Amino acid sequence: MKSKLIFLLLSAAIFWSCGNHTADKTTITFWAIGAEGEQVSKLIPEFERQNPGIKVRVQQIPWTAAHEKLITAFASETLPDVFQVGNTWVPEFEALGTVEPLDDYLMKSGVIRDTSFFEGILSTNEIDGKIYGIPWYVDTRVLFYRTDVIEKAGYSSPPKTWNELYDLSKKIKAQNPENYAFFLPTNEWLPFILFGIQNGSALLKNNDSYGDFSGKPFREAFEYLAKYYYDGLAPKDMQAVMNIYQAFTEAYFSMLITGPWNVTEMKNRLPAQMQNKWMTAPLPSPDSVYPGYSLAGGSSIVINKNSGKKNLAWKFIEFLSSHEIQYRFYNQVSALPSVKSVWDEPALKNDKYMQAFYVQLNRTKATPKIPEWEQIVFAKIQQYAEFVAAKKLTVEEALKELDSDTDKILEKRRWILEKEGKL
Amino acid sequence: MKKTTFSTLALFLGPGLAVLLIFFFLPVMAAFILSFTDFNIYSLGNPDYLRFVGFDNYMKLFSDDMFWTALKNTFYFVIAGGPLSIAASLGAAILLNSKLIRFKGIFRLTYFLPVVTTLVAVAIVWRYIYHPRYGLLNYFLGFCGIDPLDWLGDPHLAMPAIIIMAVWKNFGYNMIIFIAGLQNIPEELYEAASLEGASAWQKFRNITLPMLAPTTIFITIITMIGYFQLFAEPYVMTQGGPLNSTLSIVLYMYQEGFRWWNIGYSTAIAFSLFIIILIGTVIQFRVQKALEK
Repeated sequence: MKSKLIFLLLSAAIFWSCGNHTADKTTITFWAIGAEGEQVSKLIPEFERQNPGIKVRVQQIPWTAAHEKLITAFASETLPDVFQVGNTWVPEFEALGTVEPLDDYLMKSGVIRDTSFFEGILSTNEIDGKIYGIPWYVDTRVLFYRTDVIEKAGYSSPPKTWNELYDLSKKIKAQNPENYAFFLPTNEWLPFILFGIQNGSALLKNNDSYGDFSGKPFREAFEYLAKYYYDGLAPKDMQAVMNIYQAFTEAYFSMLITGPWNVTEMKNRLPAQMQNKWMTAPLPSPDSVYPGYSLAGGSSIVINKNSGKKNLAWKFIEFLSSHEIQYRFYNQVSALPSVKSVWDEPALKNDKYMQAFYVQLNRTKATPKIPEWEQIVFAKIQQYAEFVAAKKLTVEEALKELDSDTDKILEKRRWILEKEGKL
Repeated sequence: MKKTTFSTLALFLGPGLAVLLIFFFLPVMAAFILSFTDFNIYSLGNPDYLRFVGFDNYMKLFSDDMFWTALKNTFYFVIAGGPLSIAASLGAAILLNSKLIRFKGIFRLTYFLPVVTTLVAVAIVWRYIYHPRYGLLNYFLGFCGIDPLDWLGDPHLAMPAIIIMAVWKNFGYNMIIFIAGLQNIPEELYEAASLEGASAWQKFRNITLPMLAPTTIFITIITMIGYFQLFAEPYVMTQGGPLNSTLSIVLYMYQEGFRWWNIGYSTAIAFSLFIIILIGTVIQFRVQKALEK
């Protein structure tokens, strides 16, 4: 069945003629993704009221189909005027040459400037010194932990360093050897990259054309995490924790690293007697500078280079980035505001779970900004993490193979860089 | 009777052929050509970044561990799951065709239900059945004194778990075809055999099986082709894990093509699968022809 899909797609690519829907000159089309995409339509009347004559047509796409849909739309030249992307996709669309550089717009803007945003987050949108996307909402990972469990283990505050995290995990495990301490899913690349970045690894080297996973910083981080599996501090089997909320309630593990959406989920899904037994904290760090780095995630808005209504599209971006609208949007869907000033609003400032996110957002780093990055992390890091957890490979062997696989994936990038004289 | 002219031929066959040509043969040709290039996300943005690489993609397959793993898993699934599924269908068909059974309609419907249920929904329910801590299957195994098994988490058990689910999901379809085949066997043959004192097994061996041969050939080939295209079960239940033990060829092709946009490489995988299925089908035809003689 899937092969048929390929055929359909290819035939579409061949026979598609530019189907530019030539709506009138004052209607801009906007593609938005997921729950935020659904909710954003409620803001449109306000925009149309503030900007008489401009109309916005929103199309909502689910996250699972978004990436495919955007690329297919690019191939068939049917991308909208302005659209949302996950901020790690920006390099891909830049490589496709389909997004407009926004530096000039940002310079002239009376609503936003580059300092309005968190530095780490904005930098994910910057490639070779040019900004291609404006952060819409942000996302980073922090530590969620069980206050009662760590107290019993003798910790009055959450761990601030790697050593403390490991020591605390050992103590939790000692209290109840049936359970685990730290949730470190082998089917997620994120913790491995996160700890590598914290330890100062650039992940790739030579203008992002070779893997640098065997390098000391990443190797140390990987060895550190592998200890959690070897010492029984983190569950190796992901099928056993299909429902993290239940596992967290049972203290099957008592700490995990996850994102802002789980604040809402924990509030809704954990039983009432659990509600004052959990908290969020910024991430521990390998050295004494607290907190350690986290990843700069979130969604950005980009403008289609071939759009004829770029100025209107920019107006719309400014609207979505304004303080009032960002705040309203936070109240609507709990999407974390990308504009720093919004975090002074009482609803955010007085939320005890949100403070950790604010601290953490000021200390984030972007992953390498190349189109191949997602393939490297999803296909390779995950695979080798699993192999190491299951003791099929030693850390050293795994990282060597990881580097060699990465180098293979980057072969074409090296060819292009050489062609352009950048290597 | 008038002789068929070219224009009438074109009129009747034309539309169908045109659709086939545009939506099947041309894309297949395009894909075939793409399999000799390194078409990926860069080439999509800039045609200058496209290289013809000859047989490189196919050569790369030979040294690609993931491809061999996927190939091995797919063969495992076809060789273990295929016969099991056919045996289950035949067994169910014979039971349901028996005169001793009442409420046949209800049983047929029940056995056929998994076929018409959405696979994704079924797979999610089965993930709960297989759950190592709360799963129904381990609960029942507990009655027999068997320790809980980690069905989808253990690399040795994950594929058997997928096979069990796939057999359960698919046997109803073949069962219906077998029932149709069974009903075409003349009753007199069995009556004659009974008169001559044949046992039930002798009747099955010497009447049912030979008379079902054409149905069986059809079912084996269809099942084999279908099972080679294993995709949705591991896609929903395991994403190819643990340790790639449920990564199938189509799943690998999907990941390469639609997740990472290595279209050139993924079309090479597709054509390799096509050749494997072709060889498999030819072998089956040969074997069955030899058996008939």
